[in-house]
Amino acid sequence: MAETILFLAHTEADGTLSKATREALACAHALGGDLVLGMVGAKVAPAIDCHAVRYLAVCGEDFAAARYSTDAAAAEALYRAAGATVVVAAQTTRWARVLAGVAQRVGGRVDTHVTQLTQTSATRWLYRQRMEAVSSRPGHPWFVLVESGIAPAFTGSYTIDNIEQYSPGVSTRTVVTSRQAPKSEQQTIRPEAGLLFVAGAGWTKKQKDGRTHTDDAGRLILGFLEKSQASLGSSKSLVDLSGEGQAVLPFLSHMNQVGQTGSTPRHPKGLATCCHGEEPHVVGWRFIKERRAVNLDPNCGWARGKADVLYVADAFEVMERVNALLEERVPASVG
Amino acid sequence: MNTAYQIVVCGGIVPDPLQTLEPISGPKGPALKNELLLPHVLDPWSAHALYEAAHLARQFPGSKVWLVSVAPKAKLQQVMMTVAQRVPLELVAIDGVANGFTDSADVAAALASAIEAIPGLDQSRLLLFGGWESASRGAGATMQMLGERLGITEQFQGVDQLTVGEDGSLRVLERIEGGQHQVSVCSAPPAVFGWATGNLREPTNNPQIGMQNMRAIMPALQKAKAAQFGAGIEFQSVTLPKAQRETRIVKDLSAEAIAKEIADWVAAE
Repeated sequence: MAETILFLAHTEADGTLSKATREALACAHALGGDLVLGMVGAKVAPAIDCHAVRYLAVCGEDFAAARYSTDAAAAEALYRAAGATVVVAAQTTRWARVLAGVAQRVGGRVDTHVTQLTQTSATRWLYRQRMEAVSSRPGHPWFVLVESGIAPAFTGSYTIDNIEQYSPGVSTRTVVTSRQAPKSEQQTIRPEAGLLFVAGAGWTKKQKDGRTHTDDAGRLILGFLEKSQASLGSSKSLVDLSGEGQAVLPFLSHMNQVGQTGSTPRHPKGLATCCHGEEPHVVGWRFIKERRAVNLDPNCGWARGKADVLYVADAFEVMERVNALLEERVPASVG
Repeated sequence: MNTAYQIVVCGGIVPDPLQTLEPISGPKGPALKNELLLPHVLDPWSAHALYEAAHLARQFPGSKVWLVSVAPKAKLQQVMMTVAQRVPLELVAIDGVANGFTDSADVAAALASAIEAIPGLDQSRLLLFGGWESASRGAGATMQMLGERLGITEQFQGVDQLTVGEDGSLRVLERIEGGQHQVSVCSAPPAVFGWATGNLREPTNNPQIGMQNMRAIMPALQKAKAAQFGAGIEFQSVTLPKAQRETRIVKDLSAEAIAKEIADWVAAE
């Protein structure tokens, strides 16, 4: 008998599905079996036509915001209605917050951050992207959160109106009040950017003249981000300096941190500057395909097989000229 | 209004991030080569949770912090020699495997049993802290499963800030996509908080706190119950990434030439 696969999707404000969700939908689709689309959000109709055998939804204002108690209740209701043996969702912060809890609630098991999925196995990284494991689950239900960028996004028209609605009882003590950007001069984290630009602690060190030039560093980095529309990452050491109240690159926060205790972003390209490329940082580059680095040390970590190209040069001088060149090429073509 | 909190922090131990890790096949599945010889540290995001817990407890007199940890006793003792000097805590130790090949559901079950056995724990004052993901398994699942086992449905993950309002409500900043935070207000405990980095620096070592903590830590380690983990997950393979790049090291180009190369590369589709 074919597996029943429930694909869980939280809808955007206009009822559509985000790119990350449609990528995960493509993964669920590729599993075969009977696909059931389960949606959660303020608005769910019309739904995307994904050739599902059933379209289910929990919708309304209670389910507009991302919140554990309501999202877990919605996911549980959809799971029970679908009678699924496998539940797939995108690794968004919203589903990552709740799906393991829902698996526990219904007696299932969960795999998260999955980078390859078949009917019987999941591939994921352990030890912060330092080793790759293929595993399977002997029992059901099996909940799986799929990383973005591992399949082309599913495309379909939003034409399905025949949606089964469910209204689970919810009780919550939490109110979601707002969203806020970190204290920065501008928004520097851009998950959809084509390029990751990483600033290391070297930007704040003494330069050839024996003095620090953090103002220049900030100007060059922000200038490059503006012109290239790159996303800004950082090494832990530089972010920690900022947190210690030193007058260094005030637009950086822990949210920018890439590596062992930071994020593992997925951009096609990455450019590291003034960063030594040590293993705890570079594990965060696991999914960056093309890597280049600018560093004064020819023996830094990037030189040891971690970058495609290492430019042994002064990043201040190089980035000043890069910015000038990008300025001449309008509009910026990365983004 | 009672503003004393009972803060239970769940934190495992992981190999020091600078160590080279190699998977091997053991009799009970995958393991790390020389696992028990590798120097370990408290899991980084759990450590942030612990520092935040201690900070909160200092603000609200009468509050208490427990650290509940599943780890091999001998390794946990080594790690505690350092951790115990940082913040006042009471250790609840569970003797078990601490590597990334265990299943979150099993770890959550072991933690839940240990937490339920803490004498005098009052759910109405309970704040359950932990890292939002470990540096070993990195699944971000244990805290949610633990919360479910304890019947706590107010849960927050990727927490960077928790502040207590005058009415006792809990204002929480959680990380979401695009470098933003979601702001929520939870009316009261109990609640689960999977911490990201938070905002606190690592506390400096305080030998006085260390001596005070260690008096209770050694007995806690001695009476640690053994946790047996099931077979909820089967590994087909665990491998190190093979891709080693052929790095082109450019030493003799001028800044202008390098800038042109980079600008062309940035602009290329």
